[in-house]
Amino acid sequence: MAAAPITAPPIKPYPVIPILEAGAMAGTKSFPANAQIQEALGFPGELVEDWHDKAIDKMGELLGKYRSLKVYLDACVHCGACTDKCHYFLGTGDPKNMPVARQDLLRKVYRRHFTWSGKLFPKLVGAEDLTKDVLDDWYSYFNQCSECRRCSVFCPYGIDTAEITMAAREIMDSIGLGTKYTNEIIGKVHKVGNNLGLPGPALEDTLSSLEEDLKEETGLDIRIPLNEKGAEVLLITPSADFFAEPHVYSLMGYAKVFHAAGIPWTLSTYASEAANFGMFIGNYGQMQKIATRVREAVLDLGAKRLVVGECGHAWRAAYSFWNTLIGPFDFLDPNYPVPQHICELTYDLIQRGAIAFDKSANDKYVVTFHDSCNVARGSRMGGMPGGQFEIPRAIVRAVANKFVEMYPDSIREKTFCCGGGGGILTDDLMEVRVKGALPRMEALQAVVDSDGVNFMATICAICKAQFSKVLPYYKFNMSMVGGVHQLVGNAIRLGPK
Amino acid sequence: MTTGTVFFALLLYAATLLGVAGLAWRIRDYARTPAPLKIPTTPAPTTTGGVVLRMMREVFLFESLFKANLWIWLFGWMFHVSLALVLARHLRYFTEPVWFWVGWVQPFGMYGGLAMVVGLAGLWARRFLVERIRYISTPSDHLMLVLLLGIGISGLSMKFLDHTDIVSLKAFALGLILFDWQPLPAHPVLYVHLFLVALLIGIFPYSKLLHAPGLFFSPGRNQSDNPRERRHLADWAAKLEKAKL
Repeated sequence: MAAAPITAPPIKPYPVIPILEAGAMAGTKSFPANAQIQEALGFPGELVEDWHDKAIDKMGELLGKYRSLKVYLDACVHCGACTDKCHYFLGTGDPKNMPVARQDLLRKVYRRHFTWSGKLFPKLVGAEDLTKDVLDDWYSYFNQCSECRRCSVFCPYGIDTAEITMAAREIMDSIGLGTKYTNEIIGKVHKVGNNLGLPGPALEDTLSSLEEDLKEETGLDIRIPLNEKGAEVLLITPSADFFAEPHVYSLMGYAKVFHAAGIPWTLSTYASEAANFGMFIGNYGQMQKIATRVREAVLDLGAKRLVVGECGHAWRAAYSFWNTLIGPFDFLDPNYPVPQHICELTYDLIQRGAIAFDKSANDKYVVTFHDSCNVARGSRMGGMPGGQFEIPRAIVRAVANKFVEMYPDSIREKTFCCGGGGGILTDDLMEVRVKGALPRMEALQAVVDSDGVNFMATICAICKAQFSKVLPYYKFNMSMVGGVHQLVGNAIRLGPK
Repeated sequence: MTTGTVFFALLLYAATLLGVAGLAWRIRDYARTPAPLKIPTTPAPTTTGGVVLRMMREVFLFESLFKANLWIWLFGWMFHVSLALVLARHLRYFTEPVWFWVGWVQPFGMYGGLAMVVGLAGLWARRFLVERIRYISTPSDHLMLVLLLGIGISGLSMKFLDHTDIVSLKAFALGLILFDWQPLPAHPVLYVHLFLVALLIGIFPYSKLLHAPGLFFSPGRNQSDNPRERRHLADWAAKLEKAKL
């Protein structure tokens, strides 16, 4: 059957909660991982014969390891506060994309097998056996969640659907049901060191051609060093920064910042990836294995500081989890936070007057800022709660004259996911991605109409890739999206002061 | 001793035992289950004091729910605050002499009873009227509201319509505490009221009423945001780390 062309839902002048369309997205499934991909990660190659019992056992194991899972499965009262908060629900109208309904797919099986009420009175409390149909629903809908945590902001008990999705994906992986997109990428990181599977020599070529571009643009020898021992900073950045557009402009922006501030820095081939897709599948071991490359690289290169480039979930993994997974970092310079976000570094330099800007270089832009979900709701920058909102905005204001905010329910902790996070950024889920972007596109349309916004800055590789692809569906120019350090790179004053 | 007295005395003991023991078991279980990663919903307080404040705002003001939906917040908050007042008012049956503040709170407890029923009715109406909430409601979601409404309405009708002998009732209540049983007034509405209350206490730890202790154990709300400053390591993760070295 030929796939129908995907069309974007109409943009409305104000947000409208859709009428339920049961089953609308049930058939939209991420491509399953093949046996080779699965087995490379130590998962079964295909759905195991005794999948039911294995899945229930795994659920029991996770309930003993994660308090979040246990409490969140128990605590929900079906109050409905989260029902209109998920961008995938708002874009698709499928009721199983409401956070509570998505959770209930797992919760009903939990109740059936792990609670007295569900064992004794299943119908009464909405408990159900894990049938093949339920498993199919798991595969569809737990792979239509970007783990963005927006629902958790509004839940009176802080129930975080991301934790439920991660558990469900871990259960599915353990019985042989992984997704091609995420698991193939994890395999590449283990093998090559980055999500793209870009080998060392190719990376070297790419970076030297970028150095040539920088020379052409500025007339200066701005370096993008690789594997340089003894550099002060090891920068860990998403591999998309090495060649994808608009990501690469941010990489050149970082290079200019380091150059202007005179900070010796380096990238690493071995740890040429900030992204950590182990988080998407909720697998502690995979997450740790990916992060361990970073620890090994920083020790090997003898760097004193660890800095992370523009990537949302990577910053959550780095900020919130690295110390747990691969810490302690007592061998690094204690005068700087470990790890430090590139925005923290740049902001600090601005505060100290170590770098300066010609803001008029960005006068062609009216800029708005899209908060990336994992930065907004899963991490922090600077010393104060909410620094993750203030610092990138302060940078944008420092480098551009025209800055406009989108409407309050779509920014900061209430920001809408781009629609491509959490392992959804794959062509086989294009329909989910296009529809899930609707709330952000509506907020963007409003400031385009009111203020002529023509640039949406963000600090996430996935946001950048997702918007580049999805903006045209909504009749926007794909180059409207770019990084904060792209703007920094445009405006920074280089050369002698 | 009438059959009614014996039945209700035993029922209330059994319900309390079931409720308290079950709750203790759940809380122990939550407390012993590790939280291996730092996952507060940010922006989050960076200190324990800040976390206590955040938690108090959630417990007393329903801060997150307020951000989410004003109608649910209004009915939900009204119900919970009213229930607290009603419970405070009921302390007069268990204290002799009645504590000063319990005497003071009596009229508020009465209004609380009325507001509680209004709040519950509002919450129940949403389960019929709002399509999204109708979709997620299970029979037990409805029955829980029916149970609470039944308790509220039976209680109010003893106040406003069909009085029971509250002096004997108090003797019965104190007798339960002191293990010195006194006769319970044979009053049908009171029987209904007590039966439903016993049911509520008994099912507390086996139902969604676990949201009450659950909130305190929710990592999204009870963790401080300081992963860079302090290394957070669960036991099983530490063992994993040791095994690798």
